Amino acid sequence: MTLRRLGLLLATAVLLSALLVACSSSQSGSQSGSGSNAGTTLTYWASNQGTSLDNDKAVLQPELDKFKAQTGITVKVEVIGWADLLNRILAAATSGQGPDVLNIGNTWSASLQATGAFMPFDDASMNAIGGKDRFLSGSLQATGAAGQPPAAVPIYSMAYALYYNKKMFAAAGISAPPTTWDELVADGKKLTHGNQWGLALEGGSVSENSHHAFTFGQQYGADLFDSAGKPQFDSPGEVAAIKRYIDFMAVDKIANPSDAEYANNQSVTDFATGKAAMLLWQAADTALKSHGMKPDDYGVAPIPFEAPAPPGGRHVNSMVAGINLAVFANTEHKDAALQFVKFMTSEAEQIALNKDLRLAADCPGGVLGPGVPDRHGQGLPGRAGEHRRAAAAGGAGEPVRDPGRDRHEGPVRGRGQRQADHLRRHQGQAVRGQSAGQGRRLGRTAGWQRSPRPDAGGGRRPNSGSAAPRPSGAGRAGAAPG
Amino acid sequence: MLLPALVLELLVHLIPMVVGVWMSLKGLTQFFIRNWSAAPFKGLGNYRVALDVHGPIGGDLLSSLRVTVAYTLASVGLSWLLGTVGAVLLQRPFRGRGLLRTLFLTPYALPAYAAIITWRFVLQRDTGMLNHVIVNDLHLAHGRPFWLIGGNSFAALVAVSVWRTWPFALLCLTAGLQTIPPDLYEAAAIDGASFGRQFRHITLPLLRPVNQVLVLVLFLWTFNDFNTPYVLFGRAAPRAADLISVHIYQSSFITWNFGLGSAMSVLLLLFLLAVTAAYLILTSLRRSHA
Repeated sequence: MTLRRLGLLLATAVLLSALLVACSSSQSGSQSGSGSNAGTTLTYWASNQGTSLDNDKAVLQPELDKFKAQTGITVKVEVIGWADLLNRILAAATSGQGPDVLNIGNTWSASLQATGAFMPFDDASMNAIGGKDRFLSGSLQATGAAGQPPAAVPIYSMAYALYYNKKMFAAAGISAPPTTWDELVADGKKLTHGNQWGLALEGGSVSENSHHAFTFGQQYGADLFDSAGKPQFDSPGEVAAIKRYIDFMAVDKIANPSDAEYANNQSVTDFATGKAAMLLWQAADTALKSHGMKPDDYGVAPIPFEAPAPPGGRHVNSMVAGINLAVFANTEHKDAALQFVKFMTSEAEQIALNKDLRLAADCPGGVLGPGVPDRHGQGLPGRAGEHRRAAAAGGAGEPVRDPGRDRHEGPVRGRGQRQADHLRRHQGQAVRGQSAGQGRRLGRTAGWQRSPRPDAGGGRRPNSGSAAPRPSGAGRAGAAPG
Repeated sequence: MLLPALVLELLVHLIPMVVGVWMSLKGLTQFFIRNWSAAPFKGLGNYRVALDVHGPIGGDLLSSLRVTVAYTLASVGLSWLLGTVGAVLLQRPFRGRGLLRTLFLTPYALPAYAAIITWRFVLQRDTGMLNHVIVNDLHLAHGRPFWLIGGNSFAALVAVSVWRTWPFALLCLTAGLQTIPPDLYEAAAIDGASFGRQFRHITLPLLRPVNQVLVLVLFLWTFNDFNTPYVLFGRAAPRAADLISVHIYQSSFITWNFGLGSAMSVLLLLFLLAVTAAYLILTSLRRSHA
């Protein structure tokens, strides 16, 4: 009896799977035959941007439903944590079996481009998704090696900033966040007492440390690669830059030595729970919120710099950090995939997604929320008056340019100052425009990008970021809506 | 009858090994992972890089090998010692013996990840229990030492490894002790042999076959141990605890240079084969002489 039952079950299973195969093949058949992609199913690997994988899914699903309503294309989303994402992509690239569309940390762009696993966005594909102009050019240059069609297009942008605890600053009698490293050290010493430290560092995180090595290096006039593309990680400028970073803990003693063990975003926790007064981080809002820190409790300021600037020093605050959207080269649904990319990078979607995820959108209009009168930063109320640089930034549509700071920019940076991504957006708060992705350095930084995110420890977003520096001149201050 | 087993053996063991050796001769980097056969043939180029002890890559590999050998000797030695002492002490029946045996075996039964991540919490500088006990409660150390980075990480790694592997030694040796006839001990006791002499002249010689296998197995496991350092330190192991398995993982998966990583793996395989062969020949010779 049981045997016969088993036989029946087996037969049913075989029949069912045959039916399923028939269904799926008929689906793909109809899709390639007609011009419409309705009925196609795409697989989408999303990166973790929200407070949890489920949170990401909850944010994405309504947008995917909207996409289905518009095009008839079903998108199956899988949110993959940062600890696994690169390995999953690597396995997909090796086997040729992967999703149709996926997120990558933008620092991975060049190295993944080298594998040939992604469909290059040549002119035809770029036009199919609405053209280059829908992206901020700074972000668009963090999409692969120079001189090649982008391997991916930007979807979310981030930049490093100085997060500071307002109450602790007030208690220490500090009226404005530091603008130079010397000021930061002086403030840090005032803020270090008892169980409280001036600055929290993610000392054990390979990716955080390499991001800082790059940004600090730029401030000290050191490039990681020379003009021929040869690595020069031990140049005097780079050594001085990294020493500046390490000295916060070793010499100035404004950071807890235990931070050297941190590799799982414990520094964010320390900042959020009042164990440290300052933090250098990118897009920390969701993480801070999840640790119970209210948006009003902290302020955000540009990354300080070295003054007087070392020879050749550039005023760089961050690399162009962010997430890119790529189409898997082996996809059988290229048209549908491009439609989906077009949808996800459209202004409306960028605003919706970035509002929910507290990130910076990548379309020029997307940095502003709905209801903002002017896309180009004119007349937008920043959080002016909150501190001295905000005043310079937020006020009157001037670029985020503090006269005292610009002289650090050498002629090198004259080129390619573009419209900005921005630093941060917040519900009901101003976005402090941080500025112009200058890009163009990808040729030289390709090698840097080539090594994939070496970190393990699984920061939530440790991989994001590319090597293109972000000078703080010539940007714009945008504001998010209330 | 033997054929299916042979085919499976080929599939499961030999083919991956051959593929590994083949990969080690190729310049298999991210540029070729979609089409392995397109990777350029490098001959022994990867091996030259790995063996060039004056170069940065070869030098790091050598220092990693040294750390691994020291780690293996310390961990296997201590595990064996603890296992032997434990097994002998638990040999005679007493109240609570079963309970103690179960308790001692717990680390071996715990899933590796769960057990080691707990150690990671214990060993943290600020919030770890170890520092809380030795600094705050016992005042043994001045200032909080680091255990997960810097020089102490080696001791931490050995401690966790011993904690994880000694129950296996205990288990094997307990089983081995059951095979020794009690009459021998009775006879020795009647002749007036002390506990120490009984141990040296009865227990150790009769446990020799068990020990021979046990030490070899512990050696191979410990030498190739990936879980313990990886979970304890993450991908970036401190230099003092840079074990070779994690080192090779770093050299292939993190830099996507699978050719070089394979060459290192093949070298590791050859090293282990040589050590194992030497060990088996030596121990067998001594046995046949004895």
